[in-house]
Amino acid sequence: MNPATLLEARSLEVDIGGKQVCRGLDFAIRPGDCVALLGANGVGKTTLLHTLTGLRPAAAGEVLLDGAPLASLPRRRVAQRLGLLMQQPEDSLPATVLETALIGRHPHLDFWRWESHGDVAIARRALKSVGLEGLEQRAQTSLSGGERRRLDLATVLVQDPAVFLLDEPAGQLDLHHQLALLGQLQRLTAQEGRAVLMSLHDINLAARFCNRILMLFGDGGSAHGESAEMLSPETLSRLYRVPVRVLPWEGGKAYLPG
Amino acid sequence: MQRQPSLALWLPALLLASLGAFLLSLAVGSTSVPLHALWEALLGGGDAMTHTVVVELRLPRTVSAFAVGGLLALAGTLMQVLLRNPLADPYILGVSGGAAVGALGALLFGLAGLWVHAGAFSGALVSTLIVFALAHGRGGWTPTRLLLTGIAVASGWTAVVSLMLVLGSDSSLHGMLFWIMGDFSYQPAGVTALFTLAAGLGLWLPFARHLNVLARGETLAEALGIAVRPLSIAIYISASLFTAVAVTEAGSVGFVGLVVPHMFRLVVGGDHRRLLPGAVLLGGCLLVLADTLARTVAEPRQLPVGVVMSVVGVPLFLYLLNRARGPL
Repeated sequence: MNPATLLEARSLEVDIGGKQVCRGLDFAIRPGDCVALLGANGVGKTTLLHTLTGLRPAAAGEVLLDGAPLASLPRRRVAQRLGLLMQQPEDSLPATVLETALIGRHPHLDFWRWESHGDVAIARRALKSVGLEGLEQRAQTSLSGGERRRLDLATVLVQDPAVFLLDEPAGQLDLHHQLALLGQLQRLTAQEGRAVLMSLHDINLAARFCNRILMLFGDGGSAHGESAEMLSPETLSRLYRVPVRVLPWEGGKAYLPG
Repeated sequence: MQRQPSLALWLPALLLASLGAFLLSLAVGSTSVPLHALWEALLGGGDAMTHTVVVELRLPRTVSAFAVGGLLALAGTLMQVLLRNPLADPYILGVSGGAAVGALGALLFGLAGLWVHAGAFSGALVSTLIVFALAHGRGGWTPTRLLLTGIAVASGWTAVVSLMLVLGSDSSLHGMLFWIMGDFSYQPAGVTALFTLAAGLGLWLPFARHLNVLARGETLAEALGIAVRPLSIAIYISASLFTAVAVTEAGSVGFVGLVVPHMFRLVVGGDHRRLLPGAVLLGGCLLVLADTLARTVAEPRQLPVGVVMSVVGVPLFLYLLNRARGPL
């Protein structure tokens, strides 16, 4: 086993409601990895992310975190190393923006401890980094959809995990914030040795910011590899069941449907 | 956070208010006792008459009212976290309905005193178990399923209660109505409720930060390292138990459990490390005041405390709700 592996799936089989999401998935995430999880609607990207976080059991195979079986680790330890951004916010009781972001400190605080000034400073920095500075005392429910999305991102940033598992982080964000977010994630992986696995629907963002791609085809089949080899017109057309064209564009590539 | 009143401000304020409510409740009534005589009586001195009135009649009743108010507020706070629904209250799972059927059943058979309390307590527990068993159906245990099951079972109990009122004799009707509307005139001991309240607060205060996380959502809490299922079941069981003890002590006093947590959230905020003790003090204090009003305002008649509580509490809550600008 490579000691540098942060999160690893071994012969992982995941299913939901009698449908196979993946089978025999062998996949490792290492420090510095920024992986895009691609697949059509309903193939089970969210289910896979939740399984990798340990929120639901796998049908077969196992998930290893820092080389140890995820299921054997205390939940708190897992929460210190893995951060999950959910696709949609859940029903919750009223809270301010700052209180919501501070929740991310929970796994790092001892049982009896209250959040310190240091924790508040971490939360304020995270809010500033997603452009929510000045909204700290606003009710979380008064935010717009995109602002709410950025608040949830800030909460995961406050959690300060080694591996970020992000379910459509770019959804509901405008172009400016999409670029800012993915740039920030790139810094976290490249400079701080963390790793990101995120489901995306925008191939162009995946091509620009991710070094590796994991694809789910919907029949239990999956494939992964370097971005350059994975993002071919043939593979993408098979993935989305529509023709995808790849055009050279200023030294890179642009992906167009049809 | 700077917008919220600090700990140093609201905690002494609530403690003072509770102390004031206690003294008022001990001092006023059919014979009013001046402050110095009150003090003497509490210390064991003074004349025998005052001692009897203050220590043997009013003190247990005041303690009981405070404990019941605190228990209902605590149960309401916990249920609102469990269901993540601001409309949740201690009675939402049919606890008070079950207790009412148990107590009224006892009254209907001509039983009195301890039997009524025993009936109420068993009714509350049976209802809790029914709702828990039914909500834990094939599809698993979700807040919505629990809420709907509780509401349905509670409606069933309401029907049974109405039936009992119709079938009951005219002589027992008055006692039954009082029981349904909440009543402290049964000379309750207050000790059980006070002990339950202290134990409940002592149990949940260390987990207040866990409650904060759970209040933000179930999956998020799980992802942040909380064992959501055991925590939810613990909340469910203890909140039901607190409610059962409160209902057994005083009948179904409405309003406190639903509204006190909200009142506190509106003024101080939703951090459960503040909310749990704050709601307990506020709930206890309000119910002591309501009970004092209930037994003095229409002397020599006594009013049901639940009715007084709502008459006073509804305008106060609507005022707070209306001028709230903060998170809701």
